[in-house]
Parts: sequence; structure tokens; C-alpha cells
Amino acid sequence: MVGIFCLGIASSCGTKTTNAEILNSLNETAAPTEMPVIEAELTDAPLVPAPITRKHPAKVVVRLEVTEVVKKLADGVDYTFWTFGGSVPGKFIRVRQNDEVEFHLMNHPDSKNPHNIDLHAVTGPGGGAAATFTAPGQETVFNFKAINPGLYVYHCATAPVGMHIANGMYGLIMVEPEEGMEPVDKEYYVMQGDFYTKGAFGAPGLQPFDMEKALDERPSYVVFNGSVGAMTGDNAITAKVGDKVRLFVGNGGPNLVSSFHVIGEIFDKVHPEGGSNVNTNVQTTLVPAGGSAITEFKVDVPGNYVLVDHSIFRTFNKGALGMLKVEGPDNLAIFSGQTEQKIYLPEGSAIQEMPKSETPKAAFASNKDMRMELGKTLYAQNCQACHQAEGQGITGAFPPLAKSDYLNADVDRSIGVVAHGLEGQIKVNGEVYNSTMPKIKLTDEEIANVMTYVLNSWGNKGGEVNLDQVKKAKAKYKH
Amino acid sequence: MRRLLTILLMLGACSIAQAQKGTPANMVHVKGGTFVPLYGSNNQAIAVQEFIMDKYPVTNAQYKAFVAEYPKWKKSEVKQLFADAGYLKHWASDLSVGSNAEKLKDSPVINVSWFAAKAYCECQGKRLPTVNEWEFAALASETKKDASSEPSFYQRSLDWYSQPNPKYLPPVQESFKNYYGLYGMIGLVWEWTSDFNSALIIGESRQNASLDRQLFCGAGSTGASDVKNYVAFMRYAFRSSLKANYTVANLGFRCVQDVPAKITAKK
Repeated sequence: MVGIFCLGIASSCGTKTTNAEILNSLNETAAPTEMPVIEAELTDAPLVPAPITRKHPAKVVVRLEVTEVVKKLADGVDYTFWTFGGSVPGKFIRVRQNDEVEFHLMNHPDSKNPHNIDLHAVTGPGGGAAATFTAPGQETVFNFKAINPGLYVYHCATAPVGMHIANGMYGLIMVEPEEGMEPVDKEYYVMQGDFYTKGAFGAPGLQPFDMEKALDERPSYVVFNGSVGAMTGDNAITAKVGDKVRLFVGNGGPNLVSSFHVIGEIFDKVHPEGGSNVNTNVQTTLVPAGGSAITEFKVDVPGNYVLVDHSIFRTFNKGALGMLKVEGPDNLAIFSGQTEQKIYLPEGSAIQEMPKSETPKAAFASNKDMRMELGKTLYAQNCQACHQAEGQGITGAFPPLAKSDYLNADVDRSIGVVAHGLEGQIKVNGEVYNSTMPKIKLTDEEIANVMTYVLNSWGNKGGEVNLDQVKKAKAKYKH
Repeated sequence: MRRLLTILLMLGACSIAQAQKGTPANMVHVKGGTFVPLYGSNNQAIAVQEFIMDKYPVTNAQYKAFVAEYPKWKKSEVKQLFADAGYLKHWASDLSVGSNAEKLKDSPVINVSWFAAKAYCECQGKRLPTVNEWEFAALASETKKDASSEPSFYQRSLDWYSQPNPKYLPPVQESFKNYYGLYGMIGLVWEWTSDFNSALIIGESRQNASLDRQLFCGAGSTGASDVKNYVAFMRYAFRSSLKANYTVANLGFRCVQDVPAKITAKK
């Protein structure tokens, strides 16, 4: 009896070796018969695992735990997140093309719901969803080969799938191409998601999921990395001047498509939709719900760079805002910072007032030269935008003031136009204009100055307009 | 093969099936009717016969009495085929919940497998409800037999389903009481049903052959009668994730009985 038992073991071992030899002889290309087994490094946003340096495929074991946790969605606002690994977005997974992944999905015993995972990097039905359908307190395992390189979204696909995703069940898996990725100085993980709470944005307390808002695609929150403020202030991502920065950008949705943009930077390179193509010099890149993009840029100038969804109300009112802090020396040739600051008064803006400030005393011209000087400034501020620097106007739109028959024929009429505005058809130097000149709110003194300037420029008839003439002209041409 | 073995082992699991007269204590009548289940009827209303249902999910104290009487369901003796390693894991020992015994005696028993729940019911002369019976009874709000068209009723259920488990489950008497007088149909624990894993395989097999049974992703909406009924989706999805020997920390059960023929005849 014992003898037979031993014999059984011996023969089964023998058979095993023979089988392996046969497999080797059949598969000539497979140089290493045994792939190394590696436990995957998993990271929480905004961090990513180290780039892969090995030059051969491996068997990578991924262990991902699903938990349902109450966490901060915004200051004073809590939400029950369903997570891959304890936070939103889920853990970042990094493997190499042709790696064989042994995927373990553990659903924590305290979970209320069953969960599964659909990895877009998987070739096969459901992306692993059916194979990983896991009740609370259970663990499931499946294997896949990462055939296609790229940055892929993974998410829970248990019914009702929208609710599972809306509660935060998504993350990214990077399948590095065989040739590896170009080295950069900093890599970060940024993932956008929209949230649907019963209360409006900022309504305090533990907020339940609102199904109606989700169906209507009216999110209360749109955030990067799981909460308002997850990437700002002390949580901002950082780089030094001269660093090449790579952002692995994902969008979990469930509903919205992101117009991902970094204010003050241009992406030198983008892998649109996380694929193999490279686009260069991109300002804003679309990140589909359930999709990704890899963006790369060199930071040349220190300062704060703001990550936004350029569907900009989401940034301004719903939380889609992150920050990249860049430290280092200035580079004034690329960016000077502010070199001047002055009041800007476009056409008609003389009515603007600086709030809560003393009105500066208007300069008073005591002779024609001074009128000319002050009038020149007034012209630049109030008239030039339309009538142009040399008074030439724009044919068909803004009548010329240079050598203007209309002006020179009746200066008082023109004073009235400045003071009261003009609407309707006029003929200037043979050209018909049918437009509106707004009433320019200047003082009589200012009108005298600007009219004197105009009359003594660009081939007009000259002369000086004084305060008295302005007063009379205004009264005469009042309409 | 396994199923056959299971059936053989189940035979004789319960020695005494007590015959009951009248409406048993702590049970209520659920008058029959029709409803459209989320899955399995091709959007047709189906009939549910009148049945009698436990008012409350089975409690720790009741289950302890059962285990004392049928030692094969003790933690230490249960067959792995019938209950996985998490069976009664919230109990300190075979016949004691432990230090939280007093606090949890009237709380629903959890961490029990389908086999255990089924055996329990049979030993009371009862049975597990079918999915359709359970869903039919769960349509009721406090005041209405069928509140399925009320958004607030849904939202309340959603609120519960999307909250994490409390550390200690409350006593069954404290939970939501519906129109029929059933407690905790919503807002307490998930509950086992007799045909929990048949959501998509009942009916004509040729028709169902291409449907995915596990309700993942968009496939979950295929064949559903009301794609907005998230609450029912979650229950069907939960049931579909189970196997009969699984035990889950928020999954309990209650039992039902058929209405005795003479009572029906009187009405």
C-alpha cells in the first residue's frame, strides 16, 4: 500500500518534467521557461509606481481590495465612497506589455455590496468583470495577458454600474510598451470623476447618492482625485524648474467628458486617449469618460500651475481644480511676470470709476499746447479704438477724423456728437456710414482738449476749442 | 454530482417539522397579487400566491436555540460544503455570541449560509421565500402595498444600500415596518431567498442562453423590466454574487409558510 503510494508520487513527478520538456520543445521562442513572479507595487493618487526597468515579461500578481468607506468629498461634506484600495481613484497599477497578470480582487467582509472589476487593459469578455464578481468577504482570481500597451481605465461593473462608478469605483492601469517609457523627472496620477449628492455643492454632512441627478447627468461635484482640494494647497503636486513632468490622466466619469488643461503650460506631448500616438504642442486634451490621456511637459518657469477641466464652471463651481507648484529660478526670457500696471480705458470707458478712491483732480489746460497734450491722451483712451491712431477710421465701419469734411464743416456739430452720441446715417469724405457713436462721458474741459487735438492733427483745419464753445455747442446740438 | 451529494446530505437534516395551526406567532399574511419582477418574466406581471412571512429576520437568539438543538450547525461542526469559513464569525463560540450577546440577541443573525438558513426554516416547519415572494413583499412602504412608483421610497432604500454596515446591527423590532407589518425588509440586512441565484436562468433556456447571468456593466440592463429601479438592481446583483455556502456580514434571512388550505378556503 505504502509502496504504491510512493510510486504514484514518483511517477507523477516524472510526468511533470516530461511535460515541461515537451512544452519547451514546442515553444522555441520562449527563452526563459519560468517567468519571474513579481508582486505589483500599487500606489494611491497622486503617486504612481516606479517605471518598469526590466526588459522581459513577468508574472505580476495584483491584489486589490474593495472597501466601502466614508470619506471627505469637500470640507464639511462626507460621502460613502466605494473604493478599489481605500480611496478614490483606485490604486495605480503598472505592468509591462506581455506581462501575465494574476489578478486578485478581495471584497472586504464589511462591504454591503458585491463588486467586480472591468479592466480596459484586458482582452476578453467583460474585461474580467464576470470572472471577478465577488460577494462581500470573498476573493476571486483571474489571469490575463497585457497584450496592448497604453494607459487604461479600470472600474467596477456590477449592476447598477452607473452607481458603482459614481461612488468612486475607478482607477488606472498603465501597460508600458516593451521598449519602455522615456524617462522623466516627475510622474503623477490625476483622475477626474463626477459625484451626485442629494444636497447641492457644499451642503454639509454625510451626503447620499442622488440617482435622479446621476440619470440627468447633473453632478453636484466634479473633482480630481476624489475630493475638492485633493490636489491644492499642501496637497499640490510639485516639480522643479527644468523638470519634465508626466501626468497620467484618467476620467472615471460616470457621465462627463473632461477638457483637461493646465493653466500656463502647453503639453509638449500628449498620448491622446492613452494610446500609442503622440500629439505635440497641445493646450487642452479631451479625456473621455472611461478613458485617459498621458500628458508631458517641461516646466520652465516657477509658480503655480492650475489643473482644470476647461468646461470651466466645473472648475469654478464644482471642484475640478488641482495645482502643480513649481519651484526654482525665474526665467524672464520665457515669462517676465508683470512689467507694468496701469489703468486701461477702452472706448467709452471714461465712465469707469475706481471704487472707494478719491477722484484725481482733472488736469486743467491753460493754453493750446496743453490742450493738445491732454487731448492726445484723451483721444488714445476714448477714441482711438474706433477712429484709429492716425484718425483714419475704418472704411465702412468708423468714419475717418483725418481730413474729415464732416468734422471740418461744422466743429460745433462734432462737439455735440462727442457729448451726446450719434446714431444713423452720415456721409464722410464721400463714404456713407450708418452706425452708432456712443455718448462719451467727458467733462466739457476734456471735450475741449480732445477736439483741439483732433482739429490740429492729420491735416484738419486747426484752431482751438475752448470751454465756452463746448458749452454752447452742446446746447445747440442737443438731441 | 456535488448537487446530488448535497441533497443526500440534506435529507434528514431536520427531524421535527412541527405542524402549525392558524397564523403562527410573529408571522403575517401577505395577500397574493401580481407584480413585474426586475428579471425573469420578460416584463410580464406575474402572480404571487398568498403566503405567511416572518415579521422579523431571524435573530441571533433564535439561531442560537436552533444550533443548540441541531449541533451539526455549530461553528465547529458545520461542513465546509454547507458554510464557508466565515460562518457565524461574529459569534465568540459555538453557542455564544460573546461579550456583545445581550446587545445583539435581537439583532438579525448574519454570516449564515443558504444551506443553514434553509435548514433553520425547515426545522420550524417553514421554508425560505422565493425571490418573487420576497420582492413582492418588499414593494410595500408603511402605508402602501406597492410604493414602487414613489421616488422617496426608492431614495430611502438607496440611502440604506449606499451606507456602510453599522458596527452593531440594531434589534429587528426597531427597523422599518411596512404595510404588511413586516420589519426590516429595507434598511436592515440583505436576506436569503430559496432561488437566489436563478435571476436570469428561469424561463425558457434557449431565450436566456445568450444573456449574461452575472449582471455586469451594460449587460445588467439587458432584460431588466425597469432600468431605473436601482434598488432592485442592487438586490438582484447581490444575490447573483452568492453561492450557497457563502456567508456575508450583512446577509440574514427570514422564513415563510404556505397558507394552509382551510384558511384560504374560509376567505
